[in-house]
Amino acid sequence: MLPFDFDYYRPKNLQEAVELYRHLRQSGRQPMYISGATELITLGRIDLVFTDAVIDIKDIPECREIGFDGDYLVLGSALTLTAIEEANLFPLLTKTSSEIADHTARGKITLGGNICGQIFYREAVLPFLLADSQAVIIGPEGVKVHYIDELFQKTLQLGNGEFLVQLATDKRHVDVPFISIKRRQQWETGYPLITAAALKIGGEIRVAISGLCPFPFRSNQMEAAINRDGLSVENRVSAALTVLPEPILNDIEGSADYRLFVLQNLLNDILAELDGINS
Amino acid sequence: MGLQSLTLHINGEKRVVNVRFADTLLYALRGNLGLTGAKPGCLNGDCGACTVNVDGWPMKSCLMLAVEAVGKEVTTVEGVKGEPIQHAFVENFAFQCGYCTPGFIMNCRSLIQHHPDADDAKVKEWLESNICRCTGYAEIQQAVKSVINKE
Repeated sequence: MLPFDFDYYRPKNLQEAVELYRHLRQSGRQPMYISGATELITLGRIDLVFTDAVIDIKDIPECREIGFDGDYLVLGSALTLTAIEEANLFPLLTKTSSEIADHTARGKITLGGNICGQIFYREAVLPFLLADSQAVIIGPEGVKVHYIDELFQKTLQLGNGEFLVQLATDKRHVDVPFISIKRRQQWETGYPLITAAALKIGGEIRVAISGLCPFPFRSNQMEAAINRDGLSVENRVSAALTVLPEPILNDIEGSADYRLFVLQNLLNDILAELDGINS
Repeated sequence: MGLQSLTLHINGEKRVVNVRFADTLLYALRGNLGLTGAKPGCLNGDCGACTVNVDGWPMKSCLMLAVEAVGKEVTTVEGVKGEPIQHAFVENFAFQCGYCTPGFIMNCRSLIQHHPDADDAKVKEWLESNICRCTGYAEIQQAVKSVINKE
């Protein structure tokens, strides 16, 4: 039960949602777009999220699209992670997604909700960062399309009244060699420590990381280091560890030193898996 | 804001509830309809004690607003009458204190419906959604596998 009240709207199309948001803001309200509502409920319960007007986008057809359209795989932001896993159109996304929360919760958590959430893991964004996907957003100024690595700077950079509608991924990038590894503090069901996802495209290994810093990231400098010719695996991994973004998380789930130790092993595992594969 | 009158489809019946938009499905089931089979545990989507089925899929009812259930078919453990998974729980002694049992049964029921030939990995993946404080996991796993093997 949430300790505050809100009105609830379920628009049927994109324009209605954007117009609702604009109208509510003009009326002095604090509207919020939701799709899975899990973060509204779990963080609202402890007063870390507040809204007095919920705009639920899960019935908007564009936000539920799933499938190939021309040269692109299109995935709507309101699709549940379970729906994406069951369809299994983007194997790296299926694997990365299947490690988020638990199976039942993934039937409620949505793609857009995970990517736009407040928690710092947000692992669902990793495959899209790696595959140079494009994000379709809508807001008061209409529809915009951005490469996600431009739009995702620690968080998805959405303007006032904007929301994520779809992610479009070049179909040549969805079926390439990949690996996704999640390391937890304890066993297989503990809280996440670090997730590393990797793709190999055009002979180059791409790596994106969640849980090392307070934000998911893909780093060109790291990738340059791990793809450097003529160096041993050990030296390539060592070089990658010198160009990490900051800060490194240092909390009850894992100290900064321990996270770096885990990352070093993850990078070794990724290179062992993908180094010898042609792409 | 204030109370809203919603029509929910629960266990094959239309039920009208007066709730806040901010109320969870769990709260509406227990507080408004007296359906106390779904148990409040963590209220945070972690423990699975409140699991029900929504359109046949497992759903943690603490993670769903009651208003989100409008137009959906909700089944609680009260709507499950003498199904094989219930007998399997009894035969395999798959509970101790019983608090987590309704949630586990609703999750297992949906697993059996969607994946009647589920392998060990699939069973494990689904069962990870629920916590048993008495640690009766081995018996719960046996119970669900006994139904899968029979089918």
